[in-house]
Amino acid sequence: MDKYNLNNTYKAVVIGGSAGSFQGIVKILAQLPKNFPLPIIMCLHRLKHVRNGFVEALSLKSTLQVVEPFDKESIKKGIVYLAPSNYHMSIELGNHFAMSTEEMVNNSRPAIDITLGTAGYVYRDKLIGILLSGANRDGGLGMKHIKDKGGLTIVQEPTECMIDTMPKAALALTKIDHVLKIDQIVDFLKELEKHYK
Amino acid sequence: MVQDIDIADLKRITELVYTKYGYDFRNYAMSSFKRRMLRILELKNLNVESLLKKINEQPAFINEFLDELTVNVTEMFRDPGFWRIIRDEIIPGILLNHKQFKIWHAGCSSGEEVLSMAILLKEMGIESDVTLYATDLDVNILEKAKQGVYPAKNMELNEKNYVRFEGKKSLKEYYREENGKAIFHRELLQNVTFRKHDLVKGEIFNKFDLILCRNVMIYFNQTLQNEVLKKFHESLFKYGYLAIGSKESLIWCDIANRFLVVNNEEKVYKKIKD
Ligand SMILES: C[S@@+](CC[C@H](N)C(=O)[O-])C[C@H]1O[C@@H](n2cnc3c(N)ncnc32)[C@H](O)[C@@H]1O
Repeated sequence: MDKYNLNNTYKAVVIGGSAGSFQGIVKILAQLPKNFPLPIIMCLHRLKHVRNGFVEALSLKSTLQVVEPFDKESIKKGIVYLAPSNYHMSIELGNHFAMSTEEMVNNSRPAIDITLGTAGYVYRDKLIGILLSGANRDGGLGMKHIKDKGGLTIVQEPTECMIDTMPKAALALTKIDHVLKIDQIVDFLKELEKHYK
Repeated sequence: MVQDIDIADLKRITELVYTKYGYDFRNYAMSSFKRRMLRILELKNLNVESLLKKINEQPAFINEFLDELTVNVTEMFRDPGFWRIIRDEIIPGILLNHKQFKIWHAGCSSGEEVLSMAILLKEMGIESDVTLYATDLDVNILEKAKQGVYPAKNMELNEKNYVRFEGKKSLKEYYREENGKAIFHRELLQNVTFRKHDLVKGEIFNKFDLILCRNVMIYFNQTLQNEVLKKFHESLFKYGYLAIGSKESLIWCDIANRFLVVNNEEKVYKKIKD
């Protein structure tokens, strides 16, 4: 029996993370099935004026290709997309990305609330949202938005987080479906992949 | 983000702004446009109906509306690597053919990009050979650009970028500080013509050797991006350069093949076909 009650109608996985999430992300990316059937869209807080290096660092162990998309680039399955530094990254109707240089949100650009919120709007109940360790509240509202549209929500187990402010903000704002450790998130994603075979 | 606005309501607003004032936002990218609209409703404490009424009945409100609607966030020497390429490769390339030339900053916002160019040209010693045109749709922000006065707190970031650009001096030598403001030396802007210009209407007003349109077309959908690119193509001399933002790309555009990628990392293109 599938303990997460999954199915094969999801269209995307979106992940938010900040301080203390890097190790967890690397662990997830290293264990993803090679033919992962969905796009993985990540918004991670990062140094504003360091444009290069992050994709490379994440690519080292990732089983899937990691890219920073361009404005209006189409979203494809089996690719890991990373929000570029100093831009907000939105999902547009029509399944592509849109970049913007709007004011910071929650002191952040890229802001997780924007990526998660627009993904929730476009993918509705066909979206899985995951929020990892982080030091501010960015992402909490985005997770609520995903939940309100019928999407599936997961936060990293606060006790496992280096800094638990972010997942706790989400837990306080909405009813999160699963609270999982990184290893369990990996299991969850492997389980999900089986439904697409 | 919790509060929402229907696409139908967004359409009513854009239609009214278009029919009454001729500004056409119908082909702006939806995600950021929607956030801007929500922001205006919140800032002005309006709902969709009262906003429509205000736009309809108060023509003086339109400039303020445009100012809030457009995203004006900018910085000096944004992407310092880009500015090094402009100084070390692009401008020397132009100078091979013309001693005097023209640059267009399309969507110049509050002018930081124009000032960066003016400083770069001055440090190359060619400031009097180059004419700059700086345009924007938003007249309120153009006024700021003409002043060249910025909150002093912004200067930390601008300084950092300037250092990474490897400028010849210290940025401090180009402005004085007064009451929390950084006031740039007026003569830096003496070869700059500021004017209102709407890229959507796309009036061709001159021909250029270099056009910068960075972080402007990201607010457009692909249909409009295509249209605007055609106007840039028309406004460039053959072998002129077009620079766009580091996260923009021309490869999806209809006339991409009339340009050559000169620098892919910093997104500089060259017109190679008429
Ligand atoms: C984010 S700023 C870009 C500033 C600068 N180029 C940079 O990269 O930092 C975008 C600017 O584009 C302008 N803009 C938006 N739509 C426009 C249009 N249709 N015609 C001309 N300018 C427009 C906005 O008013 C805004 O000042």
